[in-house]
Amino acid sequence: MKIHEYQGKELLAKYNVPVPRGILVNDKSEAAGAARKIGGNVVVKAQIHAGGRGKGGGVKLARGAEDAERIAGEILGMTLVTPQTGPEGRLVKKVLIEEGMVIVKELYMSVLIDRQTSQVMIMASEAGGMEIEEVAAKSPEKIIKEYVDPVIGVKPFLARKIAFALNLEGEVFKQAIPFITNLYECFKREDCSMAEINPLVATNDGRLLALDAKIAIDDNALYRQKKSFEYRDLDEEDPMEVEASKFKLNYIKMDGNIGCMVNGAGLAMATMDIIKHSGGEPANFLDVGGGANEETIENAFRILLSDPRVKAVLIHIFGGILRCDILANGVVAAARKLHVSVPVVVRMEGTNMEEGHKILNESGLNFIVANGMKDAARKVVKAIQ
Amino acid sequence: MSILVDENTRLLVQGITGREGMFHTEQAVKYGTKVAAGVTPGKGGQSVMNIPVFNTVKDAVKKTKANATMIFVPPAFAPDAILEAADAGIELIVCITEGIPICDMVEVYRYLKNPGTKMIGPNCPGVISPGKCKIGIMPGHIHKKGSVGIISRSGTLTYETVSQLTALGIGQSTCVGIGGDPIIGMRFIDVLELFQKDRGTKAICMIGEIGGSAEEEAAHYIKKHVTKPVIGFIAGQTAPPGRRMGHAGAIISGGQGAAGDKMAVMKKCGIKVCKSPADLGQTVAKNL
Repeated sequence: MKIHEYQGKELLAKYNVPVPRGILVNDKSEAAGAARKIGGNVVVKAQIHAGGRGKGGGVKLARGAEDAERIAGEILGMTLVTPQTGPEGRLVKKVLIEEGMVIVKELYMSVLIDRQTSQVMIMASEAGGMEIEEVAAKSPEKIIKEYVDPVIGVKPFLARKIAFALNLEGEVFKQAIPFITNLYECFKREDCSMAEINPLVATNDGRLLALDAKIAIDDNALYRQKKSFEYRDLDEEDPMEVEASKFKLNYIKMDGNIGCMVNGAGLAMATMDIIKHSGGEPANFLDVGGGANEETIENAFRILLSDPRVKAVLIHIFGGILRCDILANGVVAAARKLHVSVPVVVRMEGTNMEEGHKILNESGLNFIVANGMKDAARKVVKAIQ
Repeated sequence: MSILVDENTRLLVQGITGREGMFHTEQAVKYGTKVAAGVTPGKGGQSVMNIPVFNTVKDAVKKTKANATMIFVPPAFAPDAILEAADAGIELIVCITEGIPICDMVEVYRYLKNPGTKMIGPNCPGVISPGKCKIGIMPGHIHKKGSVGIISRSGTLTYETVSQLTALGIGQSTCVGIGGDPIIGMRFIDVLELFQKDRGTKAICMIGEIGGSAEEEAAHYIKKHVTKPVIGFIAGQTAPPGRRMGHAGAIISGGQGAAGDKMAVMKKCGIKVCKSPADLGQTVAKNL
C-alpha cells in the first residue's frame, strides 16, 4: 500500500529520521498561516501518490506567506499530470508546506527487499534527485548496495560503510550513521515494503534531511499496522478496485472490453494473455480466489459489469476442489439476479464438469460453454465481433 | 521415481484442527498420503480422523517419525510454525498459508539456512508425486503417474497444465508449486537440480510469471546444468507495470520482471517457450 509523502515523513520522524519542518494544508486559506509559522521561503508540494510531481508543476517555491497562499490556491484542486499518473492525471486535495533550504548535496537512499538474496537491502547513491532506474542503467557503478542480516539488523559499521561510500564528511557524516540505522528501524517496525528517500539532502547549515519520502507498507502486514492502515487514501485508487477489495476480490482494471473472472492469480494472468493472443483485449484482471462461492461470483459479476466498456465476459474456473456443479449454480443465480445482457463464455474444468455444463445449458440463459482455454478465448473474442 | 515426496513420506499437519487443515488432511489421506500426526498447540492428546494430535512438533516427530509437514496456520502465526518445524528437524516444510508479512519471511529464510531445511512456499498449492503422496491443496484426481516434472509459481495454472498433460496421456513424476510470494523457500533452481538428478523425470515443465528474476536465473542454470528438455511459460504477458497481479510477488517494477524479457532469456538458454498457455501440453508431448 502506497502512502503520501507527508504520511511517510510522519513515520520517519517517529524514528528520529530527520525531515524538513512542514505543515499539511487542505485549503489555501490555511497556507499563509502555515508558511508564516515555518518562516522564510517555503516549498508547496502537491500530495498525490504518483511520482514526478515537480515535472508536472506540483512542487513550487514560495517567497513568503502571501506567495504560499497564491501557489497553494493554484495547486489545490488542480489535476496534476505527471509521467506516472497517466494522461488523466490526479486531483490534488492536499499540499504540504515545507521549509525552504539551501541544498549543497543531493543523495539517494532506499531500503527494500531484495528478492534475489531474500534479504533487506540498503541502496544508496551520490546521484540523488534522479530516478534510480536511470542511474542503474547509465552508471551502475554509482550505486552502493549493502545487505542486512536480520539477526543483527543495521549496526553502525554497516551505516559507516555506506556513509564512506557516499563520500560524506564532517558533521554530515556523523548524522548519516543514525539516519541510516533509524531508517532501517522504521522500515522494519512499520512493515514497509519500500522506503525511498530521494533526494536525501545535505544543507548549507550542516543538516542531513529526507527531502522526499516514498514509502509503501506491506499489504500482508496491515493487520498489525493499524495506524498505517488509516493512511489508506481511497481517492488514490480506482473506485472499482476499491469496491472489489471490499469483497476480498483481486481486481485490476485494464483497457479492453472482455471482462474476466478467474480463480487463481497465475491462471487469471494466463487468461488475459490468451485473450490477447486470440485477438481480444482484456478489460480487467480478476482473481476470485480459491474458495469462490455463489456470493463471490455474484459480487465479481456485478463489479465486472459496472464497467461500461465490458462487451462480453469470460468466466474461467479450474474447479479442483471447488466442484463445477456448485460453481455453475452460482453463475446461473448471479446472472439471473443481475439480468446479465452481455454474452458470457464459461470454461470450467475439474470435478463434476459434465454436471456443471448441464446446469448451464439447461438454465435457459445464453451461456456459451467452452472446452479448454483456447476454445474459451476464441469464443469470447468472437462473441463481441 | 519422483522428487521430494514419495511413499516413504510421513506427513505432519500443523493446524490440523482448523477447517482448512482438516479438509485437506482428509483429502491427503484419501489420496494415499501417510499422515502420521497433527499439531495444534493446546490440543495435544486429541485426534482427528484417528490421526494423533500433539502440542509441539518436537513431540510429534519423536512419537511418529514424521519427516515432512504441511502448514495450514493463519499468516500471523505461520512464520512461528515454520520455525518450530525447522527446529524439530523436519526435512521438508510445505507452507500453504497466503499473506505472511515479508519482514517475517526475511527472518524465517535466514533461520532455515542453518539447519538446511527444505521449504516449499509459502503461498503455494504444495507438492504431489502422483500415485504416491500429495501434500497440499491441489485436486489429486487430475494427476497421473509418469515422467514429466512440473515447477510453478502458480496454483490453478499448474492444475491447468497437469490436466492438459493427463488428457494427452502424459503422466507426471512430481509437481511442485513453489509459491507466488517474493520470498520463498525452494526456488526454480533448487527444484530443477532435483529433477535433473531424478531418473524418473524425462522432461521438465517450468511455469513462471512476472516479477523478480528467478526465471532468468533458472534459465542460465538450465543452460549450464540441465540436459533434459525444459518447456516453459510465463504468465502476465499483458500485465501492466507497477501493479501487483494477485500474487504478492507478481509485479513488474523498475523496468524489471516483465514477461517478454523473461521469455527472451529462457529461449536464449534453450528452453522451449510457449506463448500461449493452451499449448503447454502439446509442446511437452512434442519434446518427450
